[in-house]
Amino acid sequence: MALIEVKAETTGMVWKIGVKLGDRVSEDDTMITMESMKMEVPLLAPEDGTVKEILVKEEDPISEGDVAIILEV
Amino acid sequence: MEFKKILIANRGEIARRVISTCRKMGIKTVAVYSEADQGALHVREADESVLIGPAPVAQSYLNSGAIISAARETGADAIHPGYGLLSENGDFAAECKKSGIIFIGPPSQVISDMGSKIEARRKMMALGVPVVPGSEEAVDTLEEALELAQEIGYPVMLKASAGGGGVGISILSSPEELEKGFQNIRDRSRLYFGNPTVLLEKFIESPRHIEVQIAADQFGNVVHLFERECSVQRRHQKVLEESPSPFLSEDLRDRLLASAIQGVKGIGYRNLGTMEFIFGQNGEFYFLEMNTRLQVEHPVTEAVTGLDLVEWQIRIAQGEQLPLSQERINSQGHAMECRIYAEDPVRLIPSPGTISRLSWPMDGVRIDAAVEEGTVVSQYYDPMIAKLVVRGEDRQETIGAMNRALSQTQIEGIKNNIPLLLNVVHNDQFIRGNYSTGLIADLLKAMKKKGR
Repeated sequence: MALIEVKAETTGMVWKIGVKLGDRVSEDDTMITMESMKMEVPLLAPEDGTVKEILVKEEDPISEGDVAIILEV
Repeated sequence: MEFKKILIANRGEIARRVISTCRKMGIKTVAVYSEADQGALHVREADESVLIGPAPVAQSYLNSGAIISAARETGADAIHPGYGLLSENGDFAAECKKSGIIFIGPPSQVISDMGSKIEARRKMMALGVPVVPGSEEAVDTLEEALELAQEIGYPVMLKASAGGGGVGISILSSPEELEKGFQNIRDRSRLYFGNPTVLLEKFIESPRHIEVQIAADQFGNVVHLFERECSVQRRHQKVLEESPSPFLSEDLRDRLLASAIQGVKGIGYRNLGTMEFIFGQNGEFYFLEMNTRLQVEHPVTEAVTGLDLVEWQIRIAQGEQLPLSQERINSQGHAMECRIYAEDPVRLIPSPGTISRLSWPMDGVRIDAAVEEGTVVSQYYDPMIAKLVVRGEDRQETIGAMNRALSQTQIEGIKNNIPLLLNVVHNDQFIRGNYSTGLIADLLKAMKKKGR
C-alpha cells in the first residue's frame, strides 16, 4: 500500500467533488471537476485506489500543483 | 444620428478591435474593466475607462447595471457588446434602450428569440429553412427522450437550450447511454445557464460547420457576406476558420446563402449576424443556430471582402442604410484564421499564467491580440489570447502563409495550442479540404501516441 498525491493540473476553482472518503476509484475516473478559464477540467484518478483524504472543498480556489486528493493504491 | 462616443462592454482583443474602428471613424471610446484587467491593452487604448468590478465576470463584465451606469456617466451614445459576455443578452439590450443608450446589435426581442434554440428552430422551420430532425419542445423526462431518440435514430445529441460555445452538449449512441446521461446534462445546464431545459436532436456524423455572415438594416435590406468554414473544432469550439469553404460547390453555396437570407428576412433582423449550418457528408445542410452579434472569426470575412464589419455594425446602429448592395459585395482570394488558446495543446487543459516572452510573425499577418510580454492571462476569462489571420490568392497559398505565421509566433510562460494548429495545417485531409469536425480529435489521438 502506498499513498499518492493527486495534484491540480491547472489553476482555477473546485467546482464539483465527485468522490467521498473511502470511495474506490479506477484509473481515469473523474474525482474532481475544476473550472478554469470558463472550462470544465476533470481531475482524474492516476491509478486504481481508495480515496484517503480530500484536501479541497467545492468552490475553493486551487492552483496548479496543489494537492487535491490523497489516494491509497 | 452620428455617434460621438461608444462604450465597449467587453475585454481583450475584441475590445481593441472595436476601439480601432471607432478611432478610424472619429468616435471616442470608453473601456470598462475588472480589477484583473487594470492596465490591460484595451484600457490603455480607449479614450476613457471605467472600473466596473472584481475579476469574476458575474461581478464585472456581466454586471449590466455597472456597465450602463458607466455609459451614462461618460456620456456614451451607444454600447458595443463585442462577442460573448452580454452580447447575446436580450435583457441587456432592452436595458440599454430604456436608458436611452443605443445597443449596437439587433433588437432585444430578436436576440431573445434566437438565443432560445427552441424558438429559433421553430421560427426557421416556419420560414422554410431546413432544421436538424429532433425535438421541437424541451424534453423534460427521460421517457420522452428515449421515445424520440427511438423515432429519429441514434446517435442523438442532448444540448442545453440556453447553451452555446459547446458547453452543455452530450452525444449518446444508445438507449443505455441516454439513460445514464440525461440527468447529468440537465444538472449541468442548470448550473451553467441557470436553466435545466434540454433539447434532443439527431446527431450528424462527421459533420461540417459552415456559417453565413449576414447584414441587415432597418429599411429591410438584407445581404450576405459569404460563408466561413468552421469545421476545425476542439470540444465543439472553433479553432481555425476559413473562407471560402473548400467543401461547397457553386450550386451548394448558392443554396446555402439563399437559405441564410431567407431566414434572416423573416425575423425582423437588424445589424450583423451569423447563420450557422451543419452539413452532413452528403451535402445536406440544416440550420443550427443564429449568432446575433459579431463573431470571433469576422476577420476572415473582412480579409476576403475588404470590408470593415465593425464599421458596418456602427453605421447600421446609427440608422444608416447598408453601405453596399449585394451585387457590390465580392469575395476575393482565400483567408484563414487561427485562434491561439492558452492551453495544453494535446490535453486541452487551460494554462493561465504570465507571458514571459512573446514574438509575433512578420509582415502580412493580421494579429488581433490582447496580450504582450508580461501580461497575466487570467484564470477568470476565456483562454483565447490572439487570432492570426492570413490571406492568399488561393487556399494552398493561404495554408502556406498560415504555416509560416504559426511557426514564427513564439509565446513563452504559458502553454498554447500552436503545436496543435501546426499539426492541422500539415494534415493531409486538411490540405485536401476533406475534413470534418472530428479532425482535431483524430489529430490529438495521434499526438498523444507520439507522446509530445
